[in-house]
Amino acid sequence: MSKKNTAPKRSRVLVMRETRVSYLFLLPALIFFIGFVIVPMILCLVTSFFKYTMGEFTFIGIKNYVEMFKDPIFLVALKNTIMLVVVTVPAVTLFSLWVGASIYNMNAFTRSFFRCVFYLPVVTGSVAVSVVWKWMFNKYNGLFNNVLVNTGLMDEKISWLGDERFAIWCIIIIMFTTYVGQPIVLYVAALGNVDPSLTEAAEVDGATKLQTFWQIKWPSIMPTTLYVVIITTINTFQCYALIQLLTSGGPNHSTETIMYYIYYQAFKLNNYGYGNAMGIFLAIVIAIFSAVQLKVGQSND
Amino acid sequence: MESKVTKKRPYDYFTLVVMIILAILFIFPLYWIITGSFKDAGAINAVIPEWFPKNPTMVNYDKLSAKPAFLWLWNAVFISVMSMILTCATAAMAGYALAKKRFIGQATVFTLFICAMALPKQVVLVPLLKEMSFLGLHDNMWAVILPTVGWPFGIFLLKQFSEGIPTEMLEAVRIDGAGEIQTFLTIVLPMIKPGIGALAIFTFIGTWNDYFLQLIMLNSSKVLTISLGIAKLQAENGTDFGLIMAGAAVGAVPIVAIFIMFQKYFTQGITMGAVKG
Repeated sequence: MSKKNTAPKRSRVLVMRETRVSYLFLLPALIFFIGFVIVPMILCLVTSFFKYTMGEFTFIGIKNYVEMFKDPIFLVALKNTIMLVVVTVPAVTLFSLWVGASIYNMNAFTRSFFRCVFYLPVVTGSVAVSVVWKWMFNKYNGLFNNVLVNTGLMDEKISWLGDERFAIWCIIIIMFTTYVGQPIVLYVAALGNVDPSLTEAAEVDGATKLQTFWQIKWPSIMPTTLYVVIITTINTFQCYALIQLLTSGGPNHSTETIMYYIYYQAFKLNNYGYGNAMGIFLAIVIAIFSAVQLKVGQSND
Repeated sequence: MESKVTKKRPYDYFTLVVMIILAILFIFPLYWIITGSFKDAGAINAVIPEWFPKNPTMVNYDKLSAKPAFLWLWNAVFISVMSMILTCATAAMAGYALAKKRFIGQATVFTLFICAMALPKQVVLVPLLKEMSFLGLHDNMWAVILPTVGWPFGIFLLKQFSEGIPTEMLEAVRIDGAGEIQTFLTIVLPMIKPGIGALAIFTFIGTWNDYFLQLIMLNSSKVLTISLGIAKLQAENGTDFGLIMAGAAVGAVPIVAIFIMFQKYFTQGITMGAVKG
């Protein structure tokens, strides 16, 4: 907004005219934005204070929020969601940084080939990708069991997605492959923008490749890392499609996430108020995460 | 650039080999969908995986054509194209106003867009469904299109591109007597074309793959998208992997082809969207 001060002072009439014109340009976007983003957000907040089901709509204050923390399934979903974030976010960030650093100085064709390839699972879509993974994890004729049993590494077939111990790890693996595409694109761009004279100067001074990376490149790509961490965190918190397609939250709630539980409460049990309260809780958690990560990033500058 | 001149060391070859192995793993799902769609039931369930179909068959596609797969495909195209056109049009206008005009309430409007973007999109799906039912749009394809257009990412992206337009240029045409609309159409639009290209492809692919929103809004077979269709096939014919693979191939191949054709624009969109202004 600093540009505002540098603009020459203009008459009130001109300002009013420009304001009117600007809002006419903004009008179509604002209609969609207010109608289908802001209104549902307000509805979400307001109805979270109501007991709101198929036939009932009564104000109950913060009871939905209190109820939430007494609901054992919600607590399991919360635990699982946090676990997904704790495992996925560092794994995605480090892997995409590694791949980005490996491919950014290849020739243009090879670079865009790899960038494309790592983006493929995103473009293919959760539904199509989950079809393949479902087959790979299948107990009777899936790839993993066939290979592991045939090579003698395992004695008997495992129901990967049907076993409490393994199901969430299967989800993490698939999630990982669909989450690294965008960060890799971002890292390739960021690393390509690092001023080459800086790295050259360091190399002339006798710095090793690893030193140059941590001392010169890493600080300059810090904003990208921060962005990658934030978007991956937000995406992981909202993980829904893979759960719905592969495990439906089971077995025994071992892959239940908050997003999936919101859907279950609101659309299967018609507890709209309760679902919305959990939604608001999730939104607040995500907002806090983003704010903290941005703060940490700024203090590093 | 400099590193290309220096001689390749063993480490570079090692990295290349590792990257190629990873690339194969990432291509595998798509490869398996396409080859799987040409296998018969025996081959697809074989204990020793048949890496390439020995006896290619069209039987899965015959079965698929008995389902409304092409209607589902058309619905996905309709939803994605409509979202794309409306998003680009509204975002180009709004992005230009935010970047190049000085008006009362500008900071507030911009902050509102930014804050909304930080919030999780999926959380509002429950009230959004209620709103759509109220508007009589439940189980209608517009219930997917309208919220997609409302999402402010595009405004943000095209604001970045509009900032690159030289202010002197806009002033020059104004002095020549061009109106606001004329300025927008003849100067602004051509200058932010790469941004619109990026947003168009980004919105198209994003909408095509927004399974959750489609799942909430669309129910009856005549409005399903191909993603929902495949999920439905999977739920109804869980063990017929051939049929499911054929459905997945019909859904995935067009979108992957579009992505590969426009990937230059696409990566540009991702990168520009990340550089916060």
